[in-house]
Amino acid sequence: MMSAAPSPPTTFEVAARTEGLTKIYGKGDAQVVALGGVSVDIHAHEFTAIMGPSGSGKSTLMHCAAGLDEATSGKVFLGDVEITGLKENDLTRLRRDRIGFIFQAFNLIPTLTAKENILLPLSIAGREPDPEWFARVIDTVGLSERLGHRPTELSGGQQQRVACARALVSRPAIIFADEPTGNLDSKSSREVLEFLRRSVTEFGQTIVMVTHDPSAASYTDRVLFLADGRVVDELREPTAETVLERMGRLDGARGV
Amino acid sequence: MLRASLKSLLARKLRLLMSAVAVILGVAFVAGSFIFTDTLGRSFDGIMSSSVGDVVVRPAGSGDTLGSTQTIDGALVAKLAAAPGAARADGNIVDYTTFVVGKSGKLIGGQGAPGMAVNFTDGPAANNTSMFSLASGEMPTQDGQIALDAKTAKTGGYVVGDKVNVVTASAKAQVNPTLSGIIESSGSLVGASVVVWTTHEAQSLYLGGKDAFNDVWVTREDGTSQEQLRAAVAPLLPADLEAVTGDSAAEAAANQIQESLKFITYFLLIFAAVALVVGTFIIVNTFSILVAQRMRELALFRAIGASRRQVARSVLIEAFVVGLIGATLGLGLGIVLAIAIKALFGAIGLDLAGAELVLAPRTVVAAYVVGLVVTLLAAYLPARRAGKVPPVAAMRDDVTLTESSMHRRVLAGLALTALGAAALALGLLADVPKPVAFVGAGILGVLLGVALTSPVVGRPLIVGMGAIYRRLFGSVGVMAEENALRNPRRTAATASALMIGVALVSMMAVFGSSTKASINKEIEKNFKADYLVSNSIGSDFSTAVGDEVAKVDGVATVSRVRWGMGEVGDGQEWIAAIDPATFGQVATLDTSAEALANLDRGGLLLDADTATELGLKTGDKVRMKLSGKPFDATVAGTYAATAGSAPARYLLSTKTWDANGGKLSDGQVYVRLTDGADAAAVGSALDKIVADLPTVSVKDVAGYAEEQAKPINQMLMIIYALLGLAVVIAILGIINTLALSVIERTREIGLLRAVGLSRRQLRSMLRLESVVIALLGATLGVVLGVVFGMAIQRALADEGFSTLQIPWVQLVAFVLMAGIVGVLAAVWPGRRAAKLKILDAIGSE
Repeated sequence: MMSAAPSPPTTFEVAARTEGLTKIYGKGDAQVVALGGVSVDIHAHEFTAIMGPSGSGKSTLMHCAAGLDEATSGKVFLGDVEITGLKENDLTRLRRDRIGFIFQAFNLIPTLTAKENILLPLSIAGREPDPEWFARVIDTVGLSERLGHRPTELSGGQQQRVACARALVSRPAIIFADEPTGNLDSKSSREVLEFLRRSVTEFGQTIVMVTHDPSAASYTDRVLFLADGRVVDELREPTAETVLERMGRLDGARGV
Repeated sequence: MLRASLKSLLARKLRLLMSAVAVILGVAFVAGSFIFTDTLGRSFDGIMSSSVGDVVVRPAGSGDTLGSTQTIDGALVAKLAAAPGAARADGNIVDYTTFVVGKSGKLIGGQGAPGMAVNFTDGPAANNTSMFSLASGEMPTQDGQIALDAKTAKTGGYVVGDKVNVVTASAKAQVNPTLSGIIESSGSLVGASVVVWTTHEAQSLYLGGKDAFNDVWVTREDGTSQEQLRAAVAPLLPADLEAVTGDSAAEAAANQIQESLKFITYFLLIFAAVALVVGTFIIVNTFSILVAQRMRELALFRAIGASRRQVARSVLIEAFVVGLIGATLGLGLGIVLAIAIKALFGAIGLDLAGAELVLAPRTVVAAYVVGLVVTLLAAYLPARRAGKVPPVAAMRDDVTLTESSMHRRVLAGLALTALGAAALALGLLADVPKPVAFVGAGILGVLLGVALTSPVVGRPLIVGMGAIYRRLFGSVGVMAEENALRNPRRTAATASALMIGVALVSMMAVFGSSTKASINKEIEKNFKADYLVSNSIGSDFSTAVGDEVAKVDGVATVSRVRWGMGEVGDGQEWIAAIDPATFGQVATLDTSAEALANLDRGGLLLDADTATELGLKTGDKVRMKLSGKPFDATVAGTYAATAGSAPARYLLSTKTWDANGGKLSDGQVYVRLTDGADAAAVGSALDKIVADLPTVSVKDVAGYAEEQAKPINQMLMIIYALLGLAVVIAILGIINTLALSVIERTREIGLLRAVGLSRRQLRSMLRLESVVIALLGATLGVVLGVVFGMAIQRALADEGFSTLQIPWVQLVAFVLMAGIVGVLAAVWPGRRAAKLKILDAIGSE
């Protein structure tokens, strides 16, 4: 694994990709097309944001890419492995060993301490944590003082940072974060986003984040814009302003 | 508000059903008990009304007992038939110790059900009914013919024309008459077999060939009432006979049976009560969980203006509906249960096949009252708690209810335990009225008290198991332990339900095994004979057996014991006759040589306690009656009453017994061998004598002890089966709690699955949690059960339960079984949890 940020490459290593990914909910008249044939590459060692208005399919894209939801048609690859069509047990193992998750809320098991929560995926797998890596992650997250506490004794920001540490500690190939700052105040949001940014920059982690917050997107390397179940635009080296401007254009194009 | 709570109820049908399960089972047990005992009573009523004549002439006072041995002279029958208003009179002979052996050599019926034999008369029963009707063939018209009831004939494989193997307690131990006909009874025979002889043969078999009868039925002419006929007959009778109308005789007999059946009703209702107490735990728990889960919904009601009372009421309305549904389904299940109990009792000889189930209005009322009252009471506390939900909770994400402090709960539990222990001690040790009620209340108090403290008491146990889990199962084990600890009350209540059942089962196990050990010890001490010939079902057998035994080479002493009901003073008592010269050689009878000499001279030997109770001392005269004339017996002395040493509290010599019309059949024949005799050879010679008599068996000490233990084992099996229902309810409680917990932890489960917990790991997590709960309940239950069992044994130590034996292996097996139960209880909730779609689970509220 690389330990420093790669210099901007001209061709990208692909961490995950989708080919003609389609997701349709319901049948007949009640049919809703959430994803209409999305083909997209997620670059390794990059922080990617997926943005779009409500109902654009951004969460569905992430869920399908992460193997949480089943695609109606099309393919999803994680690295070289096609995960569409994998059996439940293989998917479980994949999630456990190769994917990290950060959800908007309710990321932690209330009965376990912060440390136990962080080590949960490893201990489920029956693996011992690498103590050096664990110490480094804890240090980066800034939680070494609060490892023995239960989730209810932690603030919302601290809880999300524990969730980040958990996602990171098993060194997954890719981390999916679903609006990780959606429930946080601006200060806590900043802490979490800075941490995610650092783990990409310093550890070369690959992270995909769904968000609707332009300032959150500004921490990323690349923003994919979704509308009506399709990728409609892409922005590299985003700032809050450029993201906002692109989103305004999108809304305008849709006539909203 | 009403509509809202009903809608919310209907929206969650599964929840409704799960909370109703406990009610259903509790009500089912109550309804089942009532239905079964009503059915039992009705089937006896049916027999009774056709088992009397219009007017019954019988030995005075014999209506109180079955099988009085006093007889009526046959010459009287003609005189009675000539009474004004009498159409005819028929003498009846009834014997209860005649058994039929099937073609396969197997005894039919037995195990407590009487083997009835009657003589055939064509006189009708009261009001022109008939006890039996001919189904095929014809009634016996000459000696050597019999009729059998249809069930016995079918079970035995006999058809008309076959030679039937009949075993009697008369001088002829074995008879082989020809089956001439098959009869149908007008009501259920309750497992009894019926043999119909000709009057002449019945007299020769049972009454020593005398022209005599046990009772006489006088049939009225048209236009004469039973009472008129009775008045006409009464003056014709000697002083020791009485005439009663059929209606009153039937009613009295039916009442007497109802009275004795009350025991069964109470017995079953105790188990119903146990089931209800256990059920209450489950209902309280279920409603508590449901209220906890609906906190936000309830808070929303409060926020939009519902009063506390309205919120509480909405929970109670839900309880009412649950109770109503539970009672209805429970009533239905109760009918099924009654059929099962019928089968259970049938298996031990009380055969009620053919008796229709009786669903009395009282049963229906009781089912609904019990179902509604228990459910509403159980829902009251959770409902009150629901009322206290602050409206603001609707807006918050993490709603927790502050429950009343554990401190107070533990104190209340300790107080209740102490009260229960005190009541238990009073009931067992002190002289209080209704000691059984004290003991029952005491046990209930201790159980509830411990249940209250169990969240605290159980903690070390859960933590201890958690340490093992952590080692064996890693984080899955840790989470299972933490889940069991996170709602201590919920875990404790669920475990407590199991605890109650297991405590009672363990108590019975300890008491039963102590009883058996005590009996064995007594037998070892008192049984000095080499062999005992006895009847496996406790009735008597022919004296011919003893005669044959005496002829066997190597037999030194044959000591016979005869027994039966007779009168002592004014009361009916169980009286036995022994041979004063030989009884001391075969059994231990702690008395003086002088008393034995007095006994031999015609005296009455009493156990010391009975003598004190009646204020009798040596030399006093007591009026007694067997069959035949009353006689005065002189108190010969007393013997020390230790269990197992004497066959009855009142002992006569066999000589006195025979001289005063005691029944000429043996209850037991003790055999002592000559020194140096080959015990095995004698044993097989004895076996040969009784080979054709399936009711009679030859046993050595071990065999005798085993036989004595058999009814205890049988009783224990029935009690286990009945308590098993309480355990089943408790298991459903565990399933319920787990399933509701799964619903409650849906998001958590989703998260765990998202971060890589496999379905198998998820199921094993729930399984481990379930096992913790089950083991907690079982361990507490076994501990309490042993304490109860010991207390009862200690209290009864002076009454023959001298030895305490704790069946450790069995108790450990109970705990292990509880572990298995835990595994099984988690199957369904585990499957449900594993089926949850990860995304739905995470997104759920």
